[in-house]
Amino acid sequence: MSKFFNEMFQSDAVRPPYARLEDWVATMPTELRSLKQAEAEELFRRIGITFAVYGEGGDPDRLIPFDMFPRVFSALEWHRLERGIKQRARALNAFLADVYGRAEIIKAGRIPGHLVWRNDAFEKAVVGITPPKGVYSHIVGIDLVRTGPDDFFVLEDNCRTPSGVSYMLENREIMMRMFPELFHRNRIEPVENYPALLRRTLASVAPAKCDREPCVVILTPGHFNSAYYEHSFLADLMGVELVEGQDLFVEGEFVWMRTTEGPRRVDVIYRRVDDAYLDPLCFRPDSMLGVPGLMDIYRAGGVSICSAPGAGVADDKAVYTYVPDMVRFYLGEEPILKNVPTWQCARPDELKYVQENLGELVVKEVHGSGGYGMLVGPMATKEQIAAFRAKITADPDNYIAQPTLALSTVPTFVDQGVAPRHVDLRPYCLVGERIELVPGGLTRVALTEGSLVVNSSQGGGVKDTWVLAE
Amino acid sequence: MRLTVQHESIYRYDKPVRGVVQSHRLTPARFDGQQVETWEVRVSGGQQGGEFRDGAGDWVQGWTIPGPISKITVTVSGTIQTSDLAGVLRGHRELVAPAVYLRDTLPTVPDIALSDLAASASGADGLALAHALAAAVGEAIAYRPGVTHAHTTAAEALALGEGVCQDHAHALIACARLRGMPARYVSGYLHSDSDGQGHEAAHAWAEVHVEGLGWVGFDPANRCCPDERYIRLGSGLDARDAAPIRGIARGNGAEHLDVMVAVVAQQQ
Repeated sequence: MSKFFNEMFQSDAVRPPYARLEDWVATMPTELRSLKQAEAEELFRRIGITFAVYGEGGDPDRLIPFDMFPRVFSALEWHRLERGIKQRARALNAFLADVYGRAEIIKAGRIPGHLVWRNDAFEKAVVGITPPKGVYSHIVGIDLVRTGPDDFFVLEDNCRTPSGVSYMLENREIMMRMFPELFHRNRIEPVENYPALLRRTLASVAPAKCDREPCVVILTPGHFNSAYYEHSFLADLMGVELVEGQDLFVEGEFVWMRTTEGPRRVDVIYRRVDDAYLDPLCFRPDSMLGVPGLMDIYRAGGVSICSAPGAGVADDKAVYTYVPDMVRFYLGEEPILKNVPTWQCARPDELKYVQENLGELVVKEVHGSGGYGMLVGPMATKEQIAAFRAKITADPDNYIAQPTLALSTVPTFVDQGVAPRHVDLRPYCLVGERIELVPGGLTRVALTEGSLVVNSSQGGGVKDTWVLAE
Repeated sequence: MRLTVQHESIYRYDKPVRGVVQSHRLTPARFDGQQVETWEVRVSGGQQGGEFRDGAGDWVQGWTIPGPISKITVTVSGTIQTSDLAGVLRGHRELVAPAVYLRDTLPTVPDIALSDLAASASGADGLALAHALAAAVGEAIAYRPGVTHAHTTAAEALALGEGVCQDHAHALIACARLRGMPARYVSGYLHSDSDGQGHEAAHAWAEVHVEGLGWVGFDPANRCCPDERYIRLGSGLDARDAAPIRGIARGNGAEHLDVMVAVVAQQQ
């Protein structure tokens, strides 16, 4: 028996959420399957969704493989996940409000000050500025892995501008188009209302100075950005303007958008531009992507920026360790979702442990992303481990280590039929006046047999994620 | 001391620009050492934008100047009562944690010479050490206008052995941070005596955070702590972060800036 939790099969019995998929696969003729797979790829190409997820880089025009075998959660499983995700999103926002305010959690000694004050993502410019409704991170992407029926771990939090939600929507759309009968046989919670909920969330944090229906825009760095497709896709579905920095300007107390009918006041900016590039007057002076003077308008309450500048300090890998403490400190609750135990190489005793156990650990760069610059001990060669040991010794502060998690598997179509492959999950939690979570998310799957790295830059694909109605 | 300030900045563009955005920190800080009697900032053709007190306690005022325009005049005029607090920034309300000012930015990144300079100073306590560091910087960098420019780093100025108040401040900030003391750049005005001693009236110095005392100003260029001759405007991690006026013009006209500052003592 495998040491990995298979989400469909347990001791050869099918787990209930997958009950209606067993027949579907068993009765699907091989020709139909390859036909459908080709159809899916054609659909993805036609709609043009080819971008790399999570700023992983790589070829922006490469198609991320779509696996037609859905990943399924029961209503009960999701209920627990949902509570955990919302709890975490609330705690992360409370943390941000605190560190840009009175910093009680640091005064109380629950988190070391230097992790916050010396963090590159901490923006001195927004200290003492309270964004509307006190919300800093409006879209919280929480990356989860599963190791057992009731065991979910948070790999990392994404409080800035998590990408990939367009995959969640497109994967569903394509599955519904190709296999309508599956959606008759299973009662699957819809995810299509995500754009409407996102728009409502953004409108709910319009500044107090806004005395009418808020004007929401999406600010993109431009078409050369790897996630540009997602920016325009969301703008379309939300029915809002997609703008670049040069389309906006500040005048007086407000931000304006150039339109053919003259300037139009903008109230909420959902920005997909990093802090450093938002405003050359406040941040990087050489930035051409932002809007000069934007931060003064923001800080004076003339416009809302989502996520709030400075929100990134909550999703740093070193700060991550303390999120369970944030839940206890701000909410007075026990964390529902667990953190992965993490060793900080910056601490000498923990560094020693990491150095002695590299063969069993996953080692990551503190500020890295996309599965680059990462060591998966059990999969690595002796040379790779030796090379990594040297890197860690040279710059211990830059690395953290975690145990190699036994990621759950979901059946996946492979050349020989159907086989288990490892998956993770990124749900998208919306935080505004209310806190909402669409039942679903983005499931990434490691298509290579035995691989635990689900990043698309490392051979990962995506799946539709179902939450069954009760 | 009762000081009146007249500060005029004239921006000229050789081709008209489509518009200008500015962010000002031109209003004196509120603390026990200074009380504003009157203060006014005017911008020719300008429209007031967002205004707020930021987490560092500075009053920030945004301006937009619609184009096409080829000349902008920013005028600051006011009268203020100052007193000598031996450099201590007493009664200043701010929220930013001092440890934030341990972070280096480009102009304050240390090199070997700066860390040797920082290591050369000693003091029985934080305050004594800060004084020693300020003295060491004043020794190592002679006041000489024209040899450095706006983008000169502390390391470069130290290598030259010459510079202006901006270079002194950056060097002291770098040294203090090397010794584990938070430090920041302060911009303001300085009233200089009629004997011609001292430097331009638009001045800059550094503040070092001393345990138990809070922020204390040091002016290595004049080898003293700010007293009643100094008017404090705002602070930042470095000169750019603390700049009294930041601006960006839309358009490709080259910009020329003329600045006149007069700080005059009034008869009581």
